[in-house]
Amino acid sequence: MPEKIVEARGLTKIFNKRVKAVDNVDLEIEQGEIFGLLGPNGAGKSTMINMLTTVLKPTSGTAKVCGYDIVREAAEVRRSIGVVHQEYTADEDLTGLENILLCASLYGIPGSVAKQRAWELLELVELKDAAKRKVETYSGGMRRRLELACGLISRPTLLFLDEPTLGLDVQTRVAVWNYIRRLKEEYDMTIFMTTHYLEEADAMCDRIAIIDHGRILKVGAPSELKAGLGGDIVEIGVDGEKLDLTPIITEIGGVKEVKKVDRLYRIKVERGEEVAPAIIDAIRSRGVAISKLSMIKPTLDEVYLEYTGRSLREEQASEEEIRSLRRTLHRARR
Amino acid sequence: MSKLDAAKIDTSPLHGLWALTNRDLKKWYKVPFIFIMSLIQPFMWLALFGKAMNLTAIFTGGSFNIPGFNIPKEVINQIGKQIMFQTFGTQDYFSYLAVGMLSFISLFTAMFSGMSIVWDRRLGFLDKVLSTPVARGVIPMAKVLSTVVRALAQAAIVLLLAILLGMDASHITPAGLLGSFAALLLLIIGFASLFVTLAIRSTSWEAQMAIMNLLNLPLLFASNAMFPVTYMPEWLQTVAKINPVSYAADICRQLLLASPGMADIGFGFTYLAAFAATLSTIGIILSWRYLSK
Repeated sequence: MPEKIVEARGLTKIFNKRVKAVDNVDLEIEQGEIFGLLGPNGAGKSTMINMLTTVLKPTSGTAKVCGYDIVREAAEVRRSIGVVHQEYTADEDLTGLENILLCASLYGIPGSVAKQRAWELLELVELKDAAKRKVETYSGGMRRRLELACGLISRPTLLFLDEPTLGLDVQTRVAVWNYIRRLKEEYDMTIFMTTHYLEEADAMCDRIAIIDHGRILKVGAPSELKAGLGGDIVEIGVDGEKLDLTPIITEIGGVKEVKKVDRLYRIKVERGEEVAPAIIDAIRSRGVAISKLSMIKPTLDEVYLEYTGRSLREEQASEEEIRSLRRTLHRARR
Repeated sequence: MSKLDAAKIDTSPLHGLWALTNRDLKKWYKVPFIFIMSLIQPFMWLALFGKAMNLTAIFTGGSFNIPGFNIPKEVINQIGKQIMFQTFGTQDYFSYLAVGMLSFISLFTAMFSGMSIVWDRRLGFLDKVLSTPVARGVIPMAKVLSTVVRALAQAAIVLLLAILLGMDASHITPAGLLGSFAALLLLIIGFASLFVTLAIRSTSWEAQMAIMNLLNLPLLFASNAMFPVTYMPEWLQTVAKINPVSYAADICRQLLLASPGMADIGFGFTYLAAFAATLSTIGIILSWRYLSK
């Protein structure tokens, strides 16, 4: 049985004695996984990460990270983990190299080792040429890569990535993920991440937990979660609404649920490709013409919708706001 | 795979202190503009305030006389000099002020120590540091330490400029210099700790600015940095005699100008040491607590 890297029991954080940011969370993460925490803003993702990285103390409950207790052995926990924050935390007035070396000394890594590792990492994230430039001249993607390099300088067993690709354009996002994959292989890490991008979570994570209002609603592999929705959805529009076809469709093997909205049937089925033709035949045999046909394969967004009652895609709209906030902050800094 | 192959990790409680200190210092010495600006300011104070407030000339200018009495000019000058010495403990106000400026510039630089921690919090740098194995107490310590280095360097330059501008340097000895800077060191540690503590939970640099502006002038004027305590009203004297700025300035004047002091040097040092020890201890304990919520 693989070793547990994170083991949380009843983890709870209450702010100001009223707001339950994280509510009685049990969580297990195994060695070598990429584990994704998915949830809307304010769901408790950051609080969760802050507790596991020992920045916040839990109100109640316990957790072990890399075998150490997050309260009693906080220093050991911090020595075993790397954290890449949502914000760009690098010091703009320093060069990329200086930033990495600063991180190294915060981990107590001696100078010569730090230098060697820093250059290795700079090469890996392709910042070697920009290493001696001030970070204020870096683009968003370069900064993100620098953050990654800083998070890896201590060769952590477990890497926390808080929204690693937030506010990046699609190309840069893909590039960042390629780095993360490569780094994971290189250093054999376990990764704990939060993200807004469902496609990303789907493609990258071995397992996903959906969190809302501080509670973990569902944990599982993306494919499991999608399958758990009960399969595909076949939508059929018909001409003429006199005849209610619901009982007929329900009888067909593989059909799990039928909803009729005006002339549209929303049919939940297993293995849509196989069942859809049977449904079409059944409807036609009653002399009803089909005007529209579509089949929806469930995505993680549907899973998300199912458990949280809202669509994460709506939240992605706020992304431009985040970018503009960053720009403002950046300007304020100067 | 082992996470930390070969590397010998420094796990001492103070690791990272110098790295964080140096990071703050780099912002200062690596940017020539800021470095020069931080030196121009004390120069302005000395050159403009110090020279404009020419009290010596008022008393010994020669134009001064009392109608009806034909007092010889030498006598008037002698009286003027005596008044100056009795009041300021030195014969020219510029020297008096210049030494007071050492405490003032130390105080002023120390006040800014809180600002950088506010920015670190706002920009996420503090969060990053908090997720590394650096001990919580090291974070405020690094801020205080970098402030100490900066403030002492600035005080040294102010002293140098003052001497170039005509401060009475005839009483300066190496031991006197050492003692003066030791007093300033204690003053800076105390005030830097105070302002870091005030700032440690704040995310608002506006609030920090407001605190600085509020305390800035009272701390300066309710001290002997610019005027002697003796001629202040009773209530102000009481405040000035509590204000650590007075003791730092007093020690510096006794050691650098050989002036008769407000208090015994030994007492002054004890007072400043207690001030520095108390505030830095409180600062480290409180920040430790705030930073590990």
